[in-house]
Amino acid sequence: MKLHKFKSSEITPESLYINRRKFLKKMGILTGSALTSQNIITSAFSYTPETERKITPYKFVTTYNNYYEFGTSKSDPHKNSKDFITKPWDIKIDGEVENEITLSVEEIKNMIPSEERVYRFRCVEGWSMVVPWLGFPLNKLLNKVKPTSKAKYVKFTSVYDPDQMKGQRFPVLNWPYKEGLRIDEAMHPLTIMVTGLYGKELPNQNGAPLRLIVPWKYGFKSAKAIVNIKFVEKMPVSSWMNASPKEYGFYSNVNPNVSHPRWSQATERVIGENIYSPRIKTVMFNGYGDEVASLYDGMDLRKNF
Amino acid sequence: MIRIFKPTIFVLCLVPLIIIAYQILFNQLGAEPVKQITHHTGEWTLRFILLSLAMTPLKNITKILAWIKYRRMLGLFAFFYGTLHLLTYIGFDYQFNLDPIIDDVLNKKFIFIGLAAWLLMLPLAVTSNQKMVLILKQNWKKIHRLSYLIGIFAVLHFIWLSKTIFFEPLIYLIILITLLTLRLDFIKFLFKKKSVT
Repeated sequence: MKLHKFKSSEITPESLYINRRKFLKKMGILTGSALTSQNIITSAFSYTPETERKITPYKFVTTYNNYYEFGTSKSDPHKNSKDFITKPWDIKIDGEVENEITLSVEEIKNMIPSEERVYRFRCVEGWSMVVPWLGFPLNKLLNKVKPTSKAKYVKFTSVYDPDQMKGQRFPVLNWPYKEGLRIDEAMHPLTIMVTGLYGKELPNQNGAPLRLIVPWKYGFKSAKAIVNIKFVEKMPVSSWMNASPKEYGFYSNVNPNVSHPRWSQATERVIGENIYSPRIKTVMFNGYGDEVASLYDGMDLRKNF
Repeated sequence: MIRIFKPTIFVLCLVPLIIIAYQILFNQLGAEPVKQITHHTGEWTLRFILLSLAMTPLKNITKILAWIKYRRMLGLFAFFYGTLHLLTYIGFDYQFNLDPIIDDVLNKKFIFIGLAAWLLMLPLAVTSNQKMVLILKQNWKKIHRLSYLIGIFAVLHFIWLSKTIFFEPLIYLIILITLLTLRLDFIKFLFKKKSVT
Protein backbone atom coordinates (compact mmCIF):
# COMPACT_ATOMS: atom_id res chain seq x y z
CA MET A 1 0.00 0.00 0.00
CA LYS A 2 1.30 3.42 -0.88
CA LEU A 3 1.00 5.61 2.13
CA HIS A 4 2.54 8.80 0.91
CA LYS A 5 4.06 10.42 -2.11
CA PHE A 6 5.93 13.44 -0.89
CA LYS A 7 9.63 13.89 -1.19
CA SER A 8 11.25 14.90 2.01
CA SER A 9 12.63 17.98 0.32
CA GLU A 10 9.08 19.16 -0.31
CA ILE A 11 8.22 19.01 3.31
CA THR A 12 10.92 20.07 5.72
CA PRO A 13 14.40 21.48 5.99
CA GLU A 14 16.91 18.75 6.71
CA SER A 15 18.50 20.44 9.64
CA LEU A 16 15.35 20.24 11.68
CA TYR A 17 14.41 16.65 11.31
CA ILE A 18 15.86 13.35 12.11
CA ASN A 19 16.06 11.21 9.04
CA ARG A 20 14.34 7.99 8.45
CA ARG A 21 17.29 5.74 9.12
CA LYS A 22 18.08 7.35 12.43
CA PHE A 23 14.43 7.09 13.23
CA LEU A 24 14.28 3.38 12.54
CA LYS A 25 17.31 2.84 14.70
CA LYS A 26 15.63 4.72 17.47
CA MET A 27 12.54 2.62 16.95
CA GLY A 28 14.61 -0.53 17.24
CA ILE A 29 16.05 0.59 20.50
CA LEU A 30 12.71 1.64 21.83
CA THR A 31 10.83 -1.46 20.82
CA GLY A 32 13.59 -3.49 22.38
CA SER A 33 13.27 -1.87 25.74
CA ALA A 34 10.36 0.32 26.70
CA LEU A 35 7.78 -1.47 24.67
CA THR A 36 8.49 -5.11 25.23
CA SER A 37 5.08 -5.51 26.77
CA GLN A 38 3.35 -3.91 23.80
CA ASN A 39 2.27 -5.88 20.83
CA ILE A 40 3.96 -4.09 17.95
CA ILE A 41 4.99 -4.94 14.42
CA THR A 42 7.65 -2.54 13.21
CA SER A 43 8.32 -4.00 9.79
CA ALA A 44 4.84 -3.79 8.34
CA PHE A 45 5.83 -1.13 5.85
CA SER A 46 8.97 -0.76 3.87
CA TYR A 47 10.13 2.57 2.53
CA THR A 48 11.94 3.32 -0.69
CA PRO A 49 14.32 6.29 -0.79
CA GLU A 50 11.90 8.27 -2.99
CA THR A 51 9.22 8.15 -0.38
CA GLU A 52 11.60 8.68 2.49
CA ARG A 53 10.75 11.87 4.25
CA LYS A 54 11.40 13.91 7.29
CA ILE A 55 9.27 13.53 10.33
CA THR A 56 8.09 16.35 12.58
CA PRO A 57 10.22 16.43 15.74
CA TYR A 58 8.76 14.65 18.75
CA LYS A 59 8.91 17.90 20.68
CA PHE A 60 6.43 19.60 18.36
CA VAL A 61 4.18 16.58 17.88
CA THR A 62 3.72 16.43 21.65
CA THR A 63 3.64 20.11 22.61
CA TYR A 64 1.64 21.67 19.79
CA ASN A 65 -1.82 20.21 20.08
CA ASN A 66 -5.43 21.13 19.65
CA TYR A 67 -7.19 19.31 22.44
CA TYR A 68 -9.77 21.69 23.88
CA GLU A 69 -10.65 19.30 26.71
CA PHE A 70 -7.35 20.40 28.22
CA GLY A 71 -7.51 24.07 27.16
CA THR A 72 -7.77 26.14 24.02
CA SER A 73 -4.12 27.11 23.70
CA LYS A 74 -1.81 24.81 21.74
CA SER A 75 0.50 24.39 24.72
CA ASP A 76 -2.35 23.64 27.17
CA PRO A 77 -2.81 19.92 26.41
CA HIS A 78 0.85 19.19 27.13
CA LYS A 79 0.73 21.15 30.37
CA ASN A 80 -2.71 20.11 31.62
CA SER A 81 -2.85 16.44 30.70
CA LYS A 82 0.12 15.23 32.73
CA ASP A 83 -1.97 13.58 35.44
CA PHE A 84 -4.75 12.33 33.21
CA ILE A 85 -5.58 8.74 34.15
CA THR A 86 -5.97 6.36 31.21
CA LYS A 87 -5.96 3.04 33.08
CA PRO A 88 -8.33 1.30 33.32
CA TRP A 89 -10.11 2.31 30.11
CA ASP A 90 -13.02 0.60 28.43
CA ILE A 91 -14.39 1.13 24.96
CA LYS A 92 -17.93 0.14 24.17
CA ILE A 93 -18.93 -0.73 20.62
CA ASP A 94 -22.70 -0.65 20.30
CA GLY A 95 -25.64 0.87 18.44
CA GLU A 96 -26.89 -0.87 15.31
CA VAL A 97 -24.98 -4.09 15.97
CA GLU A 98 -26.07 -7.63 16.71
CA ASN A 99 -23.53 -8.13 19.48
CA GLU A 100 -22.46 -5.05 21.39
CA ILE A 101 -19.16 -5.44 23.19
CA THR A 102 -17.07 -3.64 25.78
CA LEU A 103 -13.32 -4.10 25.60
CA SER A 104 -10.53 -2.70 27.69
CA VAL A 105 -7.69 -0.95 25.91
CA GLU A 106 -5.36 -3.68 27.14
CA GLU A 107 -7.56 -6.36 25.61
CA ILE A 108 -7.66 -4.48 22.34
CA LYS A 109 -3.89 -4.00 22.29
CA ASN A 110 -3.34 -7.69 22.98
CA MET A 111 -5.84 -8.74 20.36
CA ILE A 112 -4.72 -6.47 17.55
CA PRO A 113 -1.03 -5.74 17.00
CA SER A 114 -0.05 -2.15 16.34
CA GLU A 115 2.10 -1.24 13.40
CA GLU A 116 3.94 1.89 12.44
CA ARG A 117 2.17 4.31 10.08
CA VAL A 118 3.86 7.52 9.01
CA TYR A 119 1.09 9.89 7.97
CA ARG A 120 0.82 13.50 7.03
CA PHE A 121 -1.41 15.34 9.47
CA ARG A 122 -3.19 18.42 8.15
CA CYS A 123 -4.98 20.69 10.60
CA VAL A 124 -7.97 22.73 9.43
CA GLU A 125 -6.07 25.79 10.73
CA GLY A 126 -3.61 25.52 7.85
CA TRP A 127 -0.63 23.73 9.34
CA SER A 128 0.71 20.25 8.92
CA MET A 129 2.99 17.68 10.48
CA VAL A 130 4.32 14.25 9.55
CA VAL A 131 3.74 11.86 12.43
CA PRO A 132 4.99 8.30 12.95
CA TRP A 133 1.92 6.79 14.58
CA LEU A 134 1.59 3.34 16.06
CA GLY A 135 -1.80 1.86 15.45
CA PHE A 136 -3.99 -0.66 13.70
CA PRO A 137 -6.68 -0.42 11.06
CA LEU A 138 -9.97 0.50 12.67
CA ASN A 139 -11.68 -2.18 10.57
CA LYS A 140 -9.92 -4.86 12.62
CA LEU A 141 -11.69 -3.56 15.70
CA LEU A 142 -15.02 -2.93 14.02
CA ASN A 143 -14.99 -6.49 12.65
CA LYS A 144 -15.45 -7.73 16.21
CA VAL A 145 -19.11 -6.78 15.92
CA LYS A 146 -21.79 -7.48 13.32
CA PRO A 147 -23.54 -4.31 12.20
CA THR A 148 -27.24 -4.58 11.39
CA SER A 149 -28.57 -3.60 7.97
CA LYS A 150 -29.58 -0.21 9.40
CA ALA A 151 -26.01 0.80 10.20
CA LYS A 152 -24.75 3.51 7.82
CA TYR A 153 -22.39 5.60 9.93
CA VAL A 154 -20.02 5.21 12.82
CA LYS A 155 -20.14 7.71 15.66
CA PHE A 156 -17.17 8.25 17.96
CA THR A 157 -17.53 9.70 21.43
CA SER A 158 -14.59 10.91 23.46
CA VAL A 159 -14.36 10.79 27.21
CA TYR A 160 -16.26 13.26 29.39
CA ASP A 161 -14.44 13.90 32.64
CA PRO A 162 -14.46 17.57 33.69
CA ASP A 163 -12.70 16.69 36.96
CA GLN A 164 -9.64 15.73 34.98
CA MET A 165 -10.24 17.85 31.90
CA LYS A 166 -10.32 21.52 32.77
CA GLY A 167 -11.56 22.61 29.36
CA GLN A 168 -14.77 20.62 29.75
CA ARG A 169 -15.83 22.83 32.65
CA PHE A 170 -16.70 25.51 30.11
CA PRO A 171 -19.05 25.27 27.15
CA VAL A 172 -16.26 25.69 24.61
CA LEU A 173 -17.69 22.79 22.60
CA ASN A 174 -20.69 20.54 22.98
CA TRP A 175 -19.05 18.01 25.33
CA PRO A 176 -18.26 15.20 25.11
CA TYR A 177 -16.44 15.51 21.81
CA LYS A 178 -18.27 13.70 19.06
CA GLU A 179 -17.14 12.74 15.60
CA GLY A 180 -18.37 10.51 12.84
CA LEU A 181 -17.47 8.65 9.66
CA ARG A 182 -19.41 6.86 6.99
CA ILE A 183 -18.97 3.10 7.39
CA ASP A 184 -16.87 2.78 4.24
CA GLU A 185 -14.57 5.55 5.52
CA ALA A 186 -14.30 3.86 8.89
CA MET A 187 -13.53 0.50 7.28
CA HIS A 188 -10.92 1.96 4.92
CA PRO A 189 -7.46 0.44 5.51
CA LEU A 190 -5.89 3.91 5.94
CA THR A 191 -8.19 4.69 8.87
CA ILE A 192 -6.41 3.67 12.03
CA MET A 193 -6.86 3.54 15.77
CA VAL A 194 -3.72 4.94 17.31
CA THR A 195 -2.04 3.46 20.37
CA GLY A 196 1.26 5.32 20.23
CA LEU A 197 3.66 7.55 18.36
CA TYR A 198 7.39 7.64 17.84
CA GLY A 199 7.57 4.06 19.04
CA LYS A 200 6.26 5.03 22.43
CA GLU A 201 2.96 4.82 24.20
CA LEU A 202 0.56 7.52 23.13
CA PRO A 203 1.12 10.67 25.23
CA ASN A 204 -1.97 12.00 26.98
CA GLN A 205 -1.91 15.24 25.02
CA ASN A 206 -2.12 13.28 21.76
CA GLY A 207 -5.29 11.46 22.75
CA ALA A 208 -4.30 8.53 24.96
CA PRO A 209 -5.15 5.79 25.39
CA LEU A 210 -6.81 5.31 22.02
CA ARG A 211 -7.54 7.80 19.28
CA LEU A 212 -8.62 7.80 15.69
CA ILE A 213 -6.51 8.94 12.72
CA VAL A 214 -8.10 9.55 9.33
CA PRO A 215 -5.17 10.94 7.34
CA TRP A 216 -7.09 12.37 4.38
CA LYS A 217 -9.35 14.49 6.60
CA TYR A 218 -8.62 17.59 8.67
CA GLY A 219 -7.17 16.75 12.04
CA PHE A 220 -10.26 17.50 14.11
CA LYS A 221 -12.01 14.47 12.56
CA SER A 222 -9.55 12.24 14.36
CA ALA A 223 -11.19 12.05 17.79
CA LYS A 224 -9.05 11.49 20.87
CA ALA A 225 -9.52 9.44 24.04
CA ILE A 226 -12.43 7.47 22.59
CA VAL A 227 -14.82 5.66 24.94
CA ASN A 228 -17.63 4.75 22.60
CA ILE A 229 -17.97 3.65 18.99
CA LYS A 230 -21.56 3.48 17.88
CA PHE A 231 -22.98 2.21 14.60
CA VAL A 232 -25.84 4.50 13.63
CA GLU A 233 -28.38 4.91 10.87
CA LYS A 234 -28.26 8.69 10.55
CA MET A 235 -25.30 10.95 9.90
CA PRO A 236 -23.89 11.91 13.31
CA VAL A 237 -23.54 15.59 14.17
CA SER A 238 -19.98 16.21 15.29
CA SER A 239 -19.08 18.70 18.03
CA TRP A 240 -17.58 21.07 15.49
CA MET A 241 -20.57 20.81 13.15
CA ASN A 242 -22.66 21.68 16.16
CA ALA A 243 -20.46 24.67 17.01
CA SER A 244 -20.36 26.14 13.51
CA PRO A 245 -22.16 24.24 10.75
CA LYS A 246 -21.10 26.68 8.06
CA GLU A 247 -17.43 26.11 8.78
CA TYR A 248 -17.18 22.45 9.64
CA GLY A 249 -18.89 19.86 7.50
CA PHE A 250 -19.37 16.18 8.17
CA TYR A 251 -16.82 15.05 5.60
CA SER A 252 -14.05 17.62 6.19
CA ASN A 253 -11.78 16.02 3.63
CA VAL A 254 -8.58 17.95 3.07
CA ASN A 255 -9.45 19.99 0.01
CA PRO A 256 -7.40 22.96 -1.25
CA ASN A 257 -10.32 24.06 -3.45
CA VAL A 258 -12.88 24.55 -0.72
CA SER A 259 -12.16 27.71 1.22
CA HIS A 260 -12.66 28.15 4.92
CA PRO A 261 -13.78 31.49 6.38
CA ARG A 262 -10.74 31.71 8.64
CA TRP A 263 -7.85 29.82 7.17
CA SER A 264 -6.33 29.26 3.79
CA GLN A 265 -6.89 25.73 2.64
CA ALA A 266 -4.89 26.22 -0.55
CA THR A 267 -1.61 26.23 1.33
CA GLU A 268 -0.24 25.09 4.66
CA ARG A 269 2.60 25.83 7.02
CA VAL A 270 4.89 22.99 7.93
CA ILE A 271 5.40 22.67 11.67
CA GLY A 272 8.99 23.18 12.77
CA GLU A 273 10.03 25.33 9.82
CA ASN A 274 11.83 28.65 10.19
CA ILE A 275 10.43 32.11 9.54
CA TYR A 276 11.71 32.25 5.96
CA SER A 277 10.12 29.00 4.85
CA PRO A 278 7.25 29.47 2.45
CA ARG A 279 3.89 27.78 2.81
CA ILE A 280 3.54 24.59 0.82
CA LYS A 281 0.62 23.69 -1.43
CA THR A 282 -2.09 21.64 0.17
CA VAL A 283 -2.87 18.47 -1.78
CA MET A 284 -6.34 17.05 -2.38
CA PHE A 285 -7.19 14.39 0.22
CA ASN A 286 -3.90 15.33 1.88
CA GLY A 287 -2.07 13.29 -0.76
CA TYR A 288 -4.08 10.09 -0.23
CA GLY A 289 -6.30 10.58 -3.27
CA ASP A 290 -5.26 7.37 -5.02
CA GLU A 291 -6.48 5.40 -2.05
CA VAL A 292 -9.61 7.31 -1.05
CA ALA A 293 -10.93 9.44 -3.94
CA SER A 294 -13.17 6.58 -5.09
CA LEU A 295 -15.10 6.79 -1.81
CA TYR A 296 -16.52 10.08 -3.02
CA ASP A 297 -17.23 9.30 -6.67
CA GLY A 298 -20.11 11.36 -7.96
CA MET A 299 -20.30 13.54 -4.86
CA ASP A 300 -20.10 17.33 -4.98
CA LEU A 301 -17.30 17.93 -2.51
CA ARG A 302 -18.11 21.64 -2.34
CA LYS A 303 -21.53 20.88 -0.97
CA ASN A 304 -20.34 17.91 1.07
CA PHE A 305 -17.44 19.76 2.60
CA MET B 1 7.04 63.19 37.40
CA ILE B 2 6.24 63.15 33.69
CA ARG B 3 9.92 63.58 32.94
CA ILE B 4 10.73 60.31 34.66
CA PHE B 5 7.59 58.40 33.79
CA LYS B 6 7.48 59.09 30.10
CA PRO B 7 10.88 57.64 29.16
CA THR B 8 10.25 54.69 31.48
CA ILE B 9 6.95 53.91 29.84
CA PHE B 10 8.53 54.34 26.42
CA VAL B 11 11.11 51.66 27.25
CA LEU B 12 8.42 49.41 28.71
CA CYS B 13 6.46 49.73 25.48
CA LEU B 14 9.49 48.37 23.65
CA VAL B 15 9.60 45.18 25.73
CA PRO B 16 7.28 43.21 23.39
CA LEU B 17 9.59 44.10 20.52
CA ILE B 18 12.63 43.00 22.48
CA ILE B 19 10.92 39.71 23.37
CA ILE B 20 10.08 38.84 19.78
CA ALA B 21 13.52 39.93 18.55
CA TYR B 22 15.08 37.64 21.13
CA GLN B 23 12.85 34.76 20.07
CA ILE B 24 13.76 35.27 16.43
CA LEU B 25 17.50 35.55 17.07
CA PHE B 26 17.70 32.60 19.43
CA ASN B 27 15.28 30.35 17.59
CA GLN B 28 12.69 30.33 20.36
CA LEU B 29 9.62 30.78 18.21
CA GLY B 30 8.38 27.21 18.58
CA ALA B 31 6.42 25.01 16.22
CA GLU B 32 4.98 27.72 13.99
CA PRO B 33 7.44 30.63 13.97
CA VAL B 34 5.55 32.90 11.57
CA LYS B 35 2.33 32.40 13.46
CA GLN B 36 4.10 33.18 16.70
CA ILE B 37 5.36 36.52 15.36
CA THR B 38 1.96 37.30 13.88
CA HIS B 39 0.18 36.46 17.09
CA HIS B 40 2.63 38.31 19.31
CA THR B 41 2.59 41.54 17.32
CA GLY B 42 -1.17 41.31 16.85
CA GLU B 43 -1.87 40.79 20.50
CA TRP B 44 0.29 43.75 21.50
CA THR B 45 -1.38 45.94 18.89
CA LEU B 46 -4.72 45.16 20.47
CA ARG B 47 -3.37 45.76 23.96
CA PHE B 48 -1.94 49.13 23.03
CA ILE B 49 -5.15 50.16 21.31
CA LEU B 50 -7.12 49.32 24.44
CA LEU B 51 -4.52 50.96 26.69
CA SER B 52 -4.70 54.17 24.70
CA LEU B 53 -8.49 54.05 24.92
CA ALA B 54 -8.23 53.61 28.67
CA MET B 55 -6.42 56.90 29.27
CA THR B 56 -9.43 59.22 29.06
CA PRO B 57 -11.61 57.08 31.36
CA LEU B 58 -8.68 56.84 33.77
CA LYS B 59 -8.39 60.60 33.73
CA ASN B 60 -12.10 60.97 34.45
CA ILE B 61 -12.13 58.41 37.22
CA THR B 62 -8.94 59.44 39.02
CA LYS B 63 -9.29 63.17 38.27
CA ILE B 64 -5.60 63.10 37.37
CA LEU B 65 -4.90 64.88 34.14
CA ALA B 66 -1.49 63.28 33.56
CA TRP B 67 -2.99 60.14 32.00
CA ILE B 68 -3.69 62.09 28.84
CA LYS B 69 0.02 62.73 28.40
CA TYR B 70 0.54 59.05 27.61
CA ARG B 71 -2.36 58.61 25.22
CA ARG B 72 -0.47 59.65 22.11
CA MET B 73 2.55 57.48 22.86
CA LEU B 74 0.39 54.41 23.51
CA GLY B 75 -1.56 55.08 20.33
CA LEU B 76 1.62 55.37 18.31
CA PHE B 77 2.90 52.12 19.76
CA ALA B 78 -0.38 50.51 18.72
CA PHE B 79 0.29 51.75 15.20
CA PHE B 80 3.90 50.55 15.40
CA TYR B 81 3.00 47.01 16.47
CA GLY B 82 0.07 46.98 14.06
CA THR B 83 2.43 47.77 11.22
CA LEU B 84 4.79 44.99 12.28
CA HIS B 85 1.78 42.69 12.47
CA LEU B 86 0.71 43.61 8.93
CA LEU B 87 4.26 43.29 7.58
CA THR B 88 4.64 39.85 9.16
CA TYR B 89 1.49 38.72 7.42
CA ILE B 90 2.48 40.16 4.05
CA GLY B 91 6.21 39.50 4.18
CA PHE B 92 6.79 36.35 6.20
CA ASP B 93 3.47 34.57 5.89
CA TYR B 94 2.80 35.26 2.22
CA GLN B 95 6.28 36.33 1.14
CA PHE B 96 4.87 39.38 -0.67
CA ASN B 97 2.78 37.12 -2.87
CA LEU B 98 -0.15 39.45 -3.50
CA ASP B 99 -2.71 37.05 -5.03
CA PRO B 100 -3.48 35.08 -1.89
CA ILE B 101 -3.43 38.31 0.14
CA ILE B 102 -6.02 39.98 -2.08
CA ASP B 103 -8.03 36.78 -1.93
CA ASP B 104 -7.87 36.88 1.88
CA VAL B 105 -8.90 40.55 2.07
CA LEU B 106 -11.92 39.94 -0.13
CA ASN B 107 -13.01 36.60 1.29
CA LYS B 108 -12.06 36.53 4.93
CA LYS B 109 -13.90 39.05 7.02
CA PHE B 110 -11.33 38.99 9.83
CA ILE B 111 -8.58 39.97 7.39
CA PHE B 112 -10.80 42.67 5.89
CA ILE B 113 -11.63 44.26 9.21
CA GLY B 114 -8.05 43.90 10.46
CA LEU B 115 -6.74 45.73 7.42
CA ALA B 116 -9.50 48.33 7.86
CA ALA B 117 -8.38 48.89 11.44
CA TRP B 118 -4.80 49.44 10.32
CA LEU B 119 -5.89 51.83 7.55
CA LEU B 120 -7.93 53.81 10.08
CA MET B 121 -4.86 54.10 12.27
CA LEU B 122 -2.93 55.77 9.45
CA PRO B 123 -4.58 59.21 9.60
CA LEU B 124 -4.35 59.14 13.40
CA ALA B 125 -0.64 58.41 13.30
CA VAL B 126 -0.01 61.06 10.65
CA THR B 127 -1.92 63.73 12.60
CA SER B 128 -0.59 62.77 16.00
CA ASN B 129 1.95 65.55 16.51
CA GLN B 130 1.31 68.86 18.25
CA LYS B 131 1.57 70.81 15.02
CA MET B 132 -1.34 68.90 13.54
CA VAL B 133 -3.41 69.50 16.65
CA LEU B 134 -2.97 73.23 16.08
CA ILE B 135 -3.58 73.07 12.35
CA LEU B 136 -6.66 70.84 12.50
CA LYS B 137 -8.18 72.47 15.61
CA GLN B 138 -11.72 71.09 16.13
CA ASN B 139 -11.29 68.58 13.33
CA TRP B 140 -8.41 66.93 15.16
CA LYS B 141 -10.76 65.70 17.86
CA LYS B 142 -13.22 64.43 15.31
CA ILE B 143 -10.53 62.50 13.44
CA HIS B 144 -9.17 61.01 16.62
CA ARG B 145 -12.58 59.76 17.66
CA LEU B 146 -11.84 57.07 15.08
CA SER B 147 -9.82 55.38 17.80
CA TYR B 148 -13.05 53.94 19.23
CA LEU B 149 -13.91 52.44 15.86
CA ILE B 150 -10.37 51.07 15.60
CA GLY B 151 -10.81 49.42 18.99
CA ILE B 152 -14.07 47.80 17.88
CA PHE B 153 -12.53 46.63 14.60
CA ALA B 154 -9.46 45.22 16.34
CA VAL B 155 -11.52 43.21 18.83
CA LEU B 156 -13.78 41.95 16.02
CA HIS B 157 -10.67 40.95 14.09
CA PHE B 158 -9.57 38.81 17.03
CA ILE B 159 -13.01 37.30 17.62
CA TRP B 160 -13.47 36.42 13.95
CA LEU B 161 -10.09 34.82 13.55
CA SER B 162 -10.51 32.67 16.64
CA LYS B 163 -12.12 29.25 16.47
CA THR B 164 -14.06 29.98 19.63
CA ILE B 165 -14.61 33.12 21.68
CA PHE B 166 -13.20 31.33 24.74
CA PHE B 167 -11.27 32.81 26.39
CA GLU B 168 -8.90 35.46 25.14
CA PRO B 169 -11.20 37.10 22.59
CA LEU B 170 -13.94 37.20 25.22
CA ILE B 171 -11.64 38.93 27.71
CA TYR B 172 -10.74 41.61 25.18
CA LEU B 173 -14.39 42.05 24.28
CA ILE B 174 -15.28 42.61 27.93
CA ILE B 175 -12.47 45.16 28.31
CA LEU B 176 -13.60 46.97 25.16
CA ILE B 177 -17.24 47.07 26.26
CA THR B 178 -16.16 48.38 29.67
CA LEU B 179 -14.09 51.13 28.07
CA LEU B 180 -16.88 52.11 25.70
CA THR B 181 -19.39 52.13 28.54
CA LEU B 182 -17.15 54.41 30.56
CA ARG B 183 -17.29 56.79 27.62
CA LEU B 184 -21.05 56.61 27.38
CA ASP B 185 -21.32 60.23 28.46
CA PHE B 186 -19.21 61.01 25.47
CA ILE B 187 -21.41 58.92 23.16
CA LYS B 188 -24.52 60.58 24.60
CA PHE B 189 -22.90 63.93 24.03
CA LEU B 190 -22.27 63.05 20.40
CA PHE B 191 -25.84 61.90 19.97
CA LYS B 192 -27.34 65.05 21.51
CA LYS B 193 -25.21 67.28 19.42
CA LYS B 194 -26.34 65.52 16.27
CA SER B 195 -30.04 65.75 17.12
CA VAL B 196 -29.71 69.48 17.78
CA THR B 197 -28.05 70.32 14.49
